[in-house]
Amino acid sequence: MQPLLEVRGLTKSFGGVAALSDGHFTLHPGRVHALCGGNGAGKSTFLTIVMGIQSRDSGTIRVRGREVSFSRPSEALAAGVSIIEQELSPVPAMSVAENIYLGREPTGLFGRVDFNGMNANAQDLLDSLHFRISARSLMMDLTVAELQLVEIAKALSYNAEIIIMDEPTSALGEAQADELFAAIVRLKEQGKGIVYVSHRLSEIFNIADEYTVFRDGRFVGEGAIGDVTRDSLIEMIVGRPLTEEFAKTNSPTIEIVLQVAGLNAQNSVKDVSFALHRGEILALYGLMGSGRSEILERLFGLSPDLGGEITLHGKRVTLSSPSEAIRHGLAFVTEDRKVSGLNLMADLRDNICMARLNELSTLGIMRRTREASAAQRMIDAFGIKTPNDKLVVSGLSGGNQQKVVLGKWFLTEPGILLLDEPTRGVDVGAKREIYRVMSDFAAAGGAVIMISSETDEVLGMADRVIVMRDGRISGEVARDALSANSLLHLAA
Amino acid sequence: MTAKTHRQDFKAIAADYGQRYGILIALALVCVALSVASEFFLTQRNIINVLRQASINGILAIGMTFVILTRGIDLSVGSVVALAGVVSASFATTSATAGIAGAPYGFYIALSIGILVGMAAGWVNGVLVAYFNVPAFVTTLGMLSAARGLTLLYTGGRPVPSLTPDYRYVGTGDVFGIPMPIILFAVVFIAAFLVLSSTRFGRHVYAAGGNPHAARVSGINVKRVRMMVYVISGALAGLAGMILAARTGSALPQAGIAYELDAIAAVVIGGTSLSGGVGQVTGTLIGALLISVVNNGLDLMGVESYYQQVIKGMLIVAAVMLDQARHRHA
Repeated sequence: MQPLLEVRGLTKSFGGVAALSDGHFTLHPGRVHALCGGNGAGKSTFLTIVMGIQSRDSGTIRVRGREVSFSRPSEALAAGVSIIEQELSPVPAMSVAENIYLGREPTGLFGRVDFNGMNANAQDLLDSLHFRISARSLMMDLTVAELQLVEIAKALSYNAEIIIMDEPTSALGEAQADELFAAIVRLKEQGKGIVYVSHRLSEIFNIADEYTVFRDGRFVGEGAIGDVTRDSLIEMIVGRPLTEEFAKTNSPTIEIVLQVAGLNAQNSVKDVSFALHRGEILALYGLMGSGRSEILERLFGLSPDLGGEITLHGKRVTLSSPSEAIRHGLAFVTEDRKVSGLNLMADLRDNICMARLNELSTLGIMRRTREASAAQRMIDAFGIKTPNDKLVVSGLSGGNQQKVVLGKWFLTEPGILLLDEPTRGVDVGAKREIYRVMSDFAAAGGAVIMISSETDEVLGMADRVIVMRDGRISGEVARDALSANSLLHLAA
Repeated sequence: MTAKTHRQDFKAIAADYGQRYGILIALALVCVALSVASEFFLTQRNIINVLRQASINGILAIGMTFVILTRGIDLSVGSVVALAGVVSASFATTSATAGIAGAPYGFYIALSIGILVGMAAGWVNGVLVAYFNVPAFVTTLGMLSAARGLTLLYTGGRPVPSLTPDYRYVGTGDVFGIPMPIILFAVVFIAAFLVLSSTRFGRHVYAAGGNPHAARVSGINVKRVRMMVYVISGALAGLAGMILAARTGSALPQAGIAYELDAIAAVVIGGTSLSGGVGQVTGTLIGALLISVVNNGLDLMGVESYYQQVIKGMLIVAAVMLDQARHRHA
């Protein structure tokens, strides 16, 4: 069988540094092929070259046996290669159909856009994929999962044979991810080839047929998913044998550090009560929109007081602003580091010091040596890979960026750590380090509230799980009673 | 290492320097060209003249830098120049009709009033932008009109003449031969440089402009920061208004028209990003000097002032193109 896509010996370097030194990849029709690798493994470089966004230094790319050299994405699209990027770029105020046919709207008399025809075509396309989305609804009214599905429809509207999906589930909950997987299965049946990029190994084992691993810009191996174990795949990605995935060193005490009673929060979160103990990792589990994040936002003073009592170390507190929350020893690693975690235009040092400026200054004057040593301490503590602390953080890999966010918060010497999806978009190696940090923090007398959409992570790390449904607590599960089934049952 | 990679390294370094110091290099080149073209350019008198011309725009542009760093814009500075000028002048005039009752007051009082008027206008801008979420463009466009209207109401459309010699010293005096406007510009520049580079407030400004969400989550009072930058811009517009009135000897209600454009131009030429979070007042200083040097050079070469406007427009766009190229490479 002729491969859909065949890449051999692809190389690319930037300013003398090789980002990709042996890109090798083979995709067959009707297969889902996982492209695996840590941050900085060369996956993004590989994909941007295949899509014609960047030029290659050497190597060959064949589509259906024909050698190609795309110099822009539109050429790749015309040849049946499309990509669904990690960061979606919808035009929010336009309809689904307008987004699908953006830039190539069917026109009628005098160049007038044929809206009826366009809507009908788009609806046919969506229906054929079993996506329950109206072509006339506005993009801004859709959920993130629906946006992903529209992107897939858009890719297929170009008659794409090869569809590259870059971290398609990073913004999706479990149920929504299942919808996406169902769509992928139908695409397979139609003989399309899918390049699937994800840091979530459980997904890869769930959906992929084959895998290719890149490490440090080099091809390290390929094969059928059925022939590889989770541990051996991780070893290939990380390049060394690994210890236990979820290093857990903490154990909860009976001392209550945070007590929440009858708390309301935005998006109709009602009457939430729970206690958090010293040394505990407490997970909030639930589908997207179940109110998990809203609870953390309320606790950190980012959303208004809508009623309820918060008690810290036995004292009533209002927590009405982030600065008050920080003063009380709370730290909040938000869901999306690019949106609310980092100042991407600033360097590591400024980012790490951002939540600790009061202590790093005297009478409003910054103490540079203190800033520099604080930043260095965090860079060392978290093993952030950077030449120095004056590097702008947008140049770091996802895992290192997340460590900068953690460094920023650990610098405030928190007692309670709020983590919203702490390992999203982070490679397996960095994930383990983040698990270790969490666990060590709790073991040293801290307390953690964690939100995660990855069931494995919750099962691996949590001492106790509170399950949310429609803004209310629908159940609580202790560690010894935890199972994927019990969580899903309570959440759905 | 091979010769090829050496050459690549050199090219990369040269490109980096070119981008980082592009404006400074441009300024130097223009100065060299002008000193060759006109023997008058490098005389002490002309250099002082260039600096004095740069000072009012420079002071406004420094305030503008704070605002633009937080993703804002202040279109009202030209009108605030006039408003602060006439109000302050009315406290320092010996004219019986144009002054406030009891005028002339001491020049400290008159100067304080001028700064306060500027701060008040900036405060209104800041409150509307930060706490009522009115876009900065709209808020300050409103203030551009309102402050000009207030100026005309306050003066009845007539200049405030006959300022006291004390007051005029701010615009026409000198210390060791250096005119007061240049000294004030230098003081404002150094203060702004220190605030942005070495104070907690400076860090807040960059954080609030770079990513307001992340700044807020990190416990920074982003609304207060955004309000403060308009107050700073207003205060500096007040100062500039008084320098202008003192230099001309009377405060004109039509002073400062379109000054906001030159101030924004200096900031943009100086490499401060209109999307916030990136930029320095050193760049703004160079931008203001470049505008002034180009104007001066064109004057010296006898180029019509209409052409000067065209050339300034091209300069602004070219500077932003350079900035875009820098961001693409980064």
